[in-house]
Amino acid sequence: MRNAMGEPQTIVVFGGTSEIALAIVRRLVTPRTSQVVLACRDVDGAERYRETLNAQLAPAAVSLVSYEARSYASHPELVAEIADRVGDLDLVIFAAGVLGRAEQLAVDPVAAAELFEVNTVGGVSTCLAVANRFREQGHGQLVVLSSVAGERVRRANFVYGASKAGLDAFAQGLGDALEGTGASVLIVRPGFVTTRMTEGMEPAPLATDPDSVAEAVAAALSGRKRTIWVPGPLRWLFSVLRHLPGPIWRRLPLK
Amino acid sequence: MERRSLSGWGRTPVSVADVIDADAVDLDRLLAGFGPRGAIARGCGRAYGDAAMNAGGTVLRLADQELVLDDATGLLRVGAGVTIDAILRESVQRGWFIPVSPGTRYVTIGGAIAANVHGKNHHRDGSFGRWVKSITMVLADGSTITVDPDSDPDLWWATIGGMGLTGVVTSAVVEMIPIETSRCLVDTVRANDLDELMAEMERGDERYRYSVAWIDLVARGARLGRGVLTSGDFARREQLEDTDPLRYDPGHLASVPAGMPNLLNRAGIKVFNEAYFRSAPRRRTDEVQPIARFFHPLDAVGNWNRLYGHRGFIQYQFVVPDEQHQVIRRAIERIVMAGRASFLAVLKRFGEADPAMLGFPMPGWTLTLDVPAVPAVLADLVVDLDEMVLEAGGRVYLAKDAVATPEMIRATYPHLERFVAVRDRVDPDRVWNSDLSRRLEL
Ligand SMILES: Cc1cc2nc3c(=O)[nH]c(=O)nc-3n(C[C@H](O)[C@H](O)[C@H](O)COP(=O)(O)OP(=O)(O)OC[C@H]3O[C@@H](n4cnc5c(N)ncnc54)[C@H](O)[C@@H]3O)c2cc1C
Ligand SMILES: NC(=O)c1ccc[n+]([C@@H]2O[C@H](COP(=O)([O-])OP(=O)(O)OC[C@H]3O[C@@H](n4cnc5c(N)ncnc54)[C@H](OP(=O)(O)O)[C@@H]3O)[C@@H](O)[C@H]2O)c1
Repeated sequence: MRNAMGEPQTIVVFGGTSEIALAIVRRLVTPRTSQVVLACRDVDGAERYRETLNAQLAPAAVSLVSYEARSYASHPELVAEIADRVGDLDLVIFAAGVLGRAEQLAVDPVAAAELFEVNTVGGVSTCLAVANRFREQGHGQLVVLSSVAGERVRRANFVYGASKAGLDAFAQGLGDALEGTGASVLIVRPGFVTTRMTEGMEPAPLATDPDSVAEAVAAALSGRKRTIWVPGPLRWLFSVLRHLPGPIWRRLPLK
Repeated sequence: MERRSLSGWGRTPVSVADVIDADAVDLDRLLAGFGPRGAIARGCGRAYGDAAMNAGGTVLRLADQELVLDDATGLLRVGAGVTIDAILRESVQRGWFIPVSPGTRYVTIGGAIAANVHGKNHHRDGSFGRWVKSITMVLADGSTITVDPDSDPDLWWATIGGMGLTGVVTSAVVEMIPIETSRCLVDTVRANDLDELMAEMERGDERYRYSVAWIDLVARGARLGRGVLTSGDFARREQLEDTDPLRYDPGHLASVPAGMPNLLNRAGIKVFNEAYFRSAPRRRTDEVQPIARFFHPLDAVGNWNRLYGHRGFIQYQFVVPDEQHQVIRRAIERIVMAGRASFLAVLKRFGEADPAMLGFPMPGWTLTLDVPAVPAVLADLVVDLDEMVLEAGGRVYLAKDAVATPEMIRATYPHLERFVAVRDRVDPDRVWNSDLSRRLEL
């Protein structure tokens, strides 16, 4: 159960090695957090960081479980198993995602579909399984890592952008559907975040880092917000960009 | 049945449950319909935290309003959903008072039993449970039984103070205390620092049946812990010149509208504390006060909990044993340092404990404070206070709690295992659950 300060006792991350998600978890764990479950596709790889994780997240017990976003049929069972192990899921973060190589995605049907399988399809099945559990338990907070890339899809990386647009629209609808159940959804739309996902890329304007995203998420959770942009001004920027006429939008030098 | 968001009196995070208004006779039928999250009873929802909430499950409110007072013996047979307010409206004029009253009369008998509430007379009269003669309750298997302290001592002392986790109390027999008038004679002392206040309180133990101190949590330095002590007892008939000595008119509630901003901000609290302290007389004796003013001053404004704004607040109440009285000073220093002055800080003396397995009181000092639920301030404060309480061999009060950890409770409630054993016996499948029981692994 979350306590009166909104502190979760249990935190679960899908995409448990995500740099952004781990920054969020570090920000949210308190001495009253008892369990952190990191669901990741490479458990053995993650084991190598166990000591660091244990130290960073103490006194919470950290467990690593195997999770493949594309194996959507396994998600309901996985969520049930996690709940059996740790009890109520107080806070869940969906962070699995791939960026891919834009030039390849633009022309490779199979690669594009595979990216959708992770970012969108996997998100839908994972978040729905979590939502069902939230309904049963009468509470729960879900954080979905979307992206401004989905707000208006840029030609430079439209496949990724479209996958996030799908996830984002789904998460909004899920948040509405959960109204009155005690559960809630927070959609996080970061801009360019310096993580290994963006390694080697030139930072876009208003670039930020995982700790700033974490700070914004923490504030949004206690302020009961439903959607946030990180950094905040992106909200206003994109509300303008969203309404630009197509010919102008296409000519903007957006990478 | 209605699916509703519920919170405790502190209005901190809500959870959703199916709320059912039930007649006692329907309970065994209802039992079959509880889902995997089970059920918990709820009274007036005056517990500050999550004791009367059950996320995803059922929350039961008792509809039945039985209230029979025997004027010859003072024994009150009362439905568990009946409030102390309703009881007093009936009993005071007939010369009987509730043996133990919390600081609000808007609590039910079920809630008073489940939290084993204490009043200003704990040092003299113990907790509520001491005055309960028998309890009728519905167990997880659907059976209705009547228990008393001798028929099943384990179940009795697990139910008294058991936070609703052994079953639903449907009615009880309570021994009322006789009063000659409905007025109290109150002595007030204004103490300029904590030592003076505590010394005054220890001296008063013998003399006064009722006693409580308010502490100014804004004052620092030499004035740290300054406060106002009020003590008293019911006036006897001959002490009043009144043609209607048992008149009782507690008045009706003024209320705070919904959606209030946080008025109890730092500046507001400071002004309030200063004004309150200054308005108290240095020393005054035998002031005549009606019951409502002496026992339930906060009830003058309904929903005052809304004054803390949408984030709500927590109430942190702890007790430390007599020999650890210095912890009270350290705790006050820590709270003053946090700069989030508490609107309400109350210091009381406790007397002997009773055998309730989850009993809160122990002979010593109990300090109660409200703090707005702003995580940035509260989180560190709670960690530090918990540590002081733990080290001192004290504990925090479950009826107020919304932030403790299972470890803290295990370390400070020595009879928790016996309590769990009783639950294993009467509720092996854990039909009775609350957000509190889940959070604290009770
Ligand atoms: C302004 C204020 C002042 C207070 N002052 C004091 C004080 O001085 N001393 C003190 O001890 N407490 C005090 N309290 C706390 C309050 O007395 C307790 O929390 C009490 O339990 C509230 O009763 P309720 O009917 O509102 O119960 P709820 O808050 O609805 O429930 C409290 C607990 O009782 C259980 N319960 C309720 N009904 C039943 C039933 N029929 N069968 C089984 N379990 C049941 C619930 O499951 C829950 O665990 C104060 C609270 C407020 C708001
Ligand atoms: N970085 C940015 O600029 C940025 C901006 C906006 C939104 N986001 C979104 O934020 C989220 C986290 O990104 P990040 O920056 O923290 O990058 P990251 O560290 O690369 O995190 C991505 C996570 O997704 C996991 N993942 C990838 N494919 C998976 C699969 N098939 N099954 C299960 N897990 C899979 C990765 O696991 P492995 O460790 O096994 O690869 C990794 O844990 C992503 O959804 C991303 O789209 C990022």
